Amino acid sequence: MSVLPFILGIPLVGAAILAFIPDHRIGGWVNVAASFSTFVVSLLLLVFETPEPNHFAFIDDFNIYLVILTSFVAYTAAWFSAGYIAHEIVEGRLTPTYLRFYHAMYQVLSFAMLLALTANNIGVMWAAVELATLTTVVMVSLYRTRPSLEAAWKYFILGSVGIALALFGTILVYLAAQKAMGPGMEALTWSSLYAEAPNFEPELLNLAFVFLLVGYGTKTGLVPLHAWLPDAHAEGPTPISSVLSGLLLNVGLYAIVRFKMLLSANGDALAPGPLLIVMGLTSLFVAALMLYRRRDIKRLFAYSSIEHMGVITFAFGMGGPLANFAGLLHMALHSLTKSAIFYAVGLASQARGTQQIDQIRGLTASHPALGWGLVAGTLAISGLPPFGLFMSEFLLVSSTFPRAPILGVLLLIGLLVAFGGLMLRLHGIAFGEAERDHRPLVGSLIPLYAHLVLILLAGVFLPGPLVVWFQAVAEVLG
Amino acid sequence: MFATIAYDLSHLTSAMVLLTGFVVLYQRRVLGVFRALAAQSIAVAVTAAWQAYTQEAPHLYLTAAIAFLLKGVAAPVALNWIVRRLDIHRTVETAFGVSGTMLAGVGLVALSTLLVLPVTASSAALTRETLAIALSVVLLGLLMMITRRNAITQVVGFMSLENGLVLAAVGVKGMPLVVEMTIAFSLLVAFILFGMFFFRIRERFDTLDLQSIESFRGERR
Repeated sequence: MSVLPFILGIPLVGAAILAFIPDHRIGGWVNVAASFSTFVVSLLLLVFETPEPNHFAFIDDFNIYLVILTSFVAYTAAWFSAGYIAHEIVEGRLTPTYLRFYHAMYQVLSFAMLLALTANNIGVMWAAVELATLTTVVMVSLYRTRPSLEAAWKYFILGSVGIALALFGTILVYLAAQKAMGPGMEALTWSSLYAEAPNFEPELLNLAFVFLLVGYGTKTGLVPLHAWLPDAHAEGPTPISSVLSGLLLNVGLYAIVRFKMLLSANGDALAPGPLLIVMGLTSLFVAALMLYRRRDIKRLFAYSSIEHMGVITFAFGMGGPLANFAGLLHMALHSLTKSAIFYAVGLASQARGTQQIDQIRGLTASHPALGWGLVAGTLAISGLPPFGLFMSEFLLVSSTFPRAPILGVLLLIGLLVAFGGLMLRLHGIAFGEAERDHRPLVGSLIPLYAHLVLILLAGVFLPGPLVVWFQAVAEVLG
Repeated sequence: MFATIAYDLSHLTSAMVLLTGFVVLYQRRVLGVFRALAAQSIAVAVTAAWQAYTQEAPHLYLTAAIAFLLKGVAAPVALNWIVRRLDIHRTVETAFGVSGTMLAGVGLVALSTLLVLPVTASSAALTRETLAIALSVVLLGLLMMITRRNAITQVVGFMSLENGLVLAAVGVKGMPLVVEMTIAFSLLVAFILFGMFFFRIRERFDTLDLQSIESFRGERR
């Protein structure tokens, strides 16, 4: 029995139901329930045999973990969202009509991301990424303020151009495959593409990859295609920022890595590694330097997302079992950590009524549980032990040094610069004299602490089967 | 005999698409830009229909119909209407001036020809030449998006870019999902137009013009 129809079906049905629920409180919890059931069903993927790839779906070890990760973070973010949204209603920043729309869109977004991850067709994957872009654009503009419209428009235009270029790349992949596979749907199907990749025309494949890298790289937020990312994160509702950073960026990266695997399978095509390494390092450095001058807390962590996407891209660019392992681990842990941070940031900015860093001083004094949660999250995201991201960054740095010492040094410098920027800002946010004008906390801290416990566990003790399985995927990625 | 006519006609129609791409670039009036876009979309529709006939791929007629109805007719009408309703500036504001943009456009066409022809040496002649033209159109659309100040001409640039993609998709023999992709893209375009009107977006936000970056990307205090 295949569980995939349910993984994709539940969000769709959820969206249809949510569109007709006028009460935002009920809507919020239905949203949580739908996301939770998707998560539970996605766990069944581990129990049942992996289904054979058919025309629609393609499940292998690489995307199975992303599907589970996506449905899990979508679930905790929905939980966080329920409390967050209720507070926005009280504040009068949102109206119930918009929320009906918001909840339906939330499920459509989950559907689009899961479809992009599981589709066995590069055309369908492209369409799913487009759908995910459209839904997030709508959600970023939810507040209808001038900055949020500005952010949504910018995201929309840049995202559309990225998507257009990705489509051109997709057409070129098809053309590259034509000699070997002939016309028809097979030449757009992942599972058959991999089998035939050695016979593709290498030059066309190279050209295709450049377009795909630029196209999906825009969705991943790689520098210099990142201009939309900080604005979209800062001006939209915080639950969406956490989903954007934690999940949607991963989907873009997933597409790039998949196409990279095609190139690696074809012996004559150019090695995609150096391209990814350069883009990764550039993203790391630019974002790390940008961290120093941020005044808006959500923008701060948005730049940190660009930085981490850079690190992961670098890891996949290096390739080889160890670096790939580090990249995969980093992808999962960054999702968990960054979404946890956004949960904390959302609560903090609601408690203080602002996103400006200099007005959120002394969070540990005014709201200890939240403040220390944010401190823990920020320490984790800057790669300090005992949290999981330390492991993956350590693994990446130590595997890079023997192979390319100069790149290793550059990577290390980038990570340290980013660390400094985050610590500088964290100090201002968490410590110091608290402003007297603050409100009690509304909304649950459980999603935040659940994520923190997970990343702590991953740092202290990564279960053996998980390691074995990550290693297996790392081998596949080449 | 028929083969050469098919070949020549395909060339003719796709060259029309490229030519109208340049026409879009040199317009100084917003309404002229819309007319040029309509002409380009109709040229794309004709190309798609001709490919449907020669490749014996009836689904491409659908692509042709979508290109004609949505982008050749509906979109220009909608754009005209938006310009009137929102009272948008009727002149095109360029960043580099028209002649500079045209020169850059010629450079881009040369670039894409030099890029595409060598790598497609083993593909069918028609495919590779259509692909070179399609890439030129895509790049011209991008150029338009970069060098125009008004949001509305930016949108036209995007639609022109999309015409290039349709050209590429119909030019590759036997490409599946072309219709679906065209529909997905039309959705995007419809969304853009809707968003422009609904949110009353008159000027582009991400501008090269330093004077209009007043709020410094939300970091104001």
